[in-house]
Amino acid sequence: MTRALGLVSTITLAVALAGAAAQAQTIKIGVNEPLTGAFAASGTYVVNGAKIAADEINAKGGILGKKIELVIEDNKSNPTEAAAVAEKLITSDKVPVLMGAWGSSLTLAVMPKLMEYETPMVVETSSSGKITTTGNPFIFRISPPSAIEAAAFKGIVDKLALKKVDFLVINNDWGRGTAEDFSKMMKEKGIAVGLVETMDQGAQDMSAQLSKIKGSDSETVIVTTAVDQLTLIFKQAAALGLKKRIITTGGSQNPDQIIAQAGAAANGTMHLTTFLPWFPEKTPNPEATNYFVSEWKKRGFDFAGCTESFRGYDGIRTVVAAIEKAGKAEPAAIKAAFWDIKVKGLNGDIVFRKSGPEGKESGQSQPNVYLIEINDGKIEMKTL
Amino acid sequence: MSEFLQHLVNMLVLGGTYALLGIGLTLIFGIMNVVNFTHGVLYTFGAYVMFMVVQQLGLNFFLALPVAVLAGWLLGAAIELTLLRPLRGSDIDTTMLVMIGAWIAMQSGTLWIWGGVAKAVATPFPEAPLVLGPVSVSWLRLFVLIAAALLILVTYLLINRTSLGRAMRATFQDHDTASLMGVNVDMIYTSTFAIGSSLAAAAGALLGPVYVIFPQMGDLAAVKAFAIVILGGLGNITGAVIGGFILALAEELGAGYVSSGYRDAMGFLIIIAVLIFRPTGLFARAERVG
Repeated sequence: MTRALGLVSTITLAVALAGAAAQAQTIKIGVNEPLTGAFAASGTYVVNGAKIAADEINAKGGILGKKIELVIEDNKSNPTEAAAVAEKLITSDKVPVLMGAWGSSLTLAVMPKLMEYETPMVVETSSSGKITTTGNPFIFRISPPSAIEAAAFKGIVDKLALKKVDFLVINNDWGRGTAEDFSKMMKEKGIAVGLVETMDQGAQDMSAQLSKIKGSDSETVIVTTAVDQLTLIFKQAAALGLKKRIITTGGSQNPDQIIAQAGAAANGTMHLTTFLPWFPEKTPNPEATNYFVSEWKKRGFDFAGCTESFRGYDGIRTVVAAIEKAGKAEPAAIKAAFWDIKVKGLNGDIVFRKSGPEGKESGQSQPNVYLIEINDGKIEMKTL
Repeated sequence: MSEFLQHLVNMLVLGGTYALLGIGLTLIFGIMNVVNFTHGVLYTFGAYVMFMVVQQLGLNFFLALPVAVLAGWLLGAAIELTLLRPLRGSDIDTTMLVMIGAWIAMQSGTLWIWGGVAKAVATPFPEAPLVLGPVSVSWLRLFVLIAAALLILVTYLLINRTSLGRAMRATFQDHDTASLMGVNVDMIYTSTFAIGSSLAAAAGALLGPVYVIFPQMGDLAAVKAFAIVILGGLGNITGAVIGGFILALAEELGAGYVSSGYRDAMGFLIIIAVLIFRPTGLFARAERVG
């Protein structure tokens, strides 16, 4: 019995040591995403996209002679948790670089921690302008801020003959920022802005807001939120007999899911998106897009998630390029290296330009923005 | 005017489910005097049973509803037998802490089993709404309103017109006397908690298909249920029903005519007002003190 116990502890010790040794051989990347709460679907897609990138890189032998290891933590769609998770990843897991945190309010909550621990983070999804204009030199964003979305949309408003628009936006930095940037652009174009309605990120019943919009004299509604709330809005708008044109922004719509869940109500709706998995040949990097989409399908994930998950894929490849350029997995070197990399992203080249107050600029890449329309349950591309 | 009518229709369908949430909690919180933090999780549980039966087992939507109610009843009975019975007679703080623990454990359980990504339940109702002049309402929500009204009626009759209901009221008025009169007090405790729980599960089963189902969906529902119970007066079934409709009205008109950003705050503004001006609730009867 004693011998058996001794044997067991020896084995346990050996396994533990081997584990520790294996860990020292990896380069850790912190991933801070919402896997539960209001944005669970979107955050999970991003993480699955990130895993495809990590597996692809490791299959080719990793970087700097080591494999990469994603340390994934759930920020629960909650800003307080997002900050706590960032601190845990940096201080306890000792990651030299992060990717996160999906939502603008989540990213904004993490930002002071990046300053405190001088650790850089790639922002893959958030679109609030504030993120890259407040002077946080540890931020490198690959997603478009809402001002870029609004600017891209500006070209088509004449063609759509917009006269008066209402807004229905999520009540956080993302939604309010979008309403602000789009209103500004609309007013420059001489388009009237009517109601600006908000909804809580966890709200499930938007009938009151939609009834109010139904009664207004505008012909178009701009809606900004993530996919779960969007499908509810489409269903509830149909139930209320709301006949206005709906245009969504933010790139987290998963249009295929809207078609599947909202049915006929989705016809005629338009969506500003940042990826075209339906038309790989029209993306800036068709070969990589085909690889990513086929790998996504091979893993049995829902095709609808592609429009979200590509950001996790691009985000991790951006981080890895910076680590490789830096030549070592240390926060300061990686931060400096972000300025010198050029990654062929699924949505255009990722090159960081300076944004924000001088001396402490954040990095902002300039991704493409596309407008798609759903017609007869099919997705069509509109030229911007 | 047509917008106002639409708000009123929305209020009716929303109020029906709020009332259902409220009467389940008023039985447990109001009559049994247990601060039931598991009410929201039981709501979530009912919705997930619906998802499991309809989407995963592929059974009929209407068959799934009684299954969810029964599952809520059984889970409620299990909570009472394992957690509350050993604690009977201990102070309210202890019970409250245990119920908070049960809430967290059960919520993590749903996360563990079904994951954090929201689920949808398919329904047999047509997509096109019922249009009546200027207002329109989805068939599913109309069905939910009718089902909620039936459940509320059955509960009301059960409490006020049956011997079980009489025994329940007697037990929570005076536990010892009821026991001396031959009431099986243990059984009454378990069945009251189980009935309250099954009503929460029923609300979740009805509303899950209307919205989407995720592990934290019960949190806001529970907060609203407490608001409704306080509004209507503890243990008052009619009060909880009216309280549910008042909360729905405040939310609809608040979002429609004041500001949608404060929609979920409306209910709590009412509660603050009620607690200041009528702390026993809007519909509480005069009570013997001491």
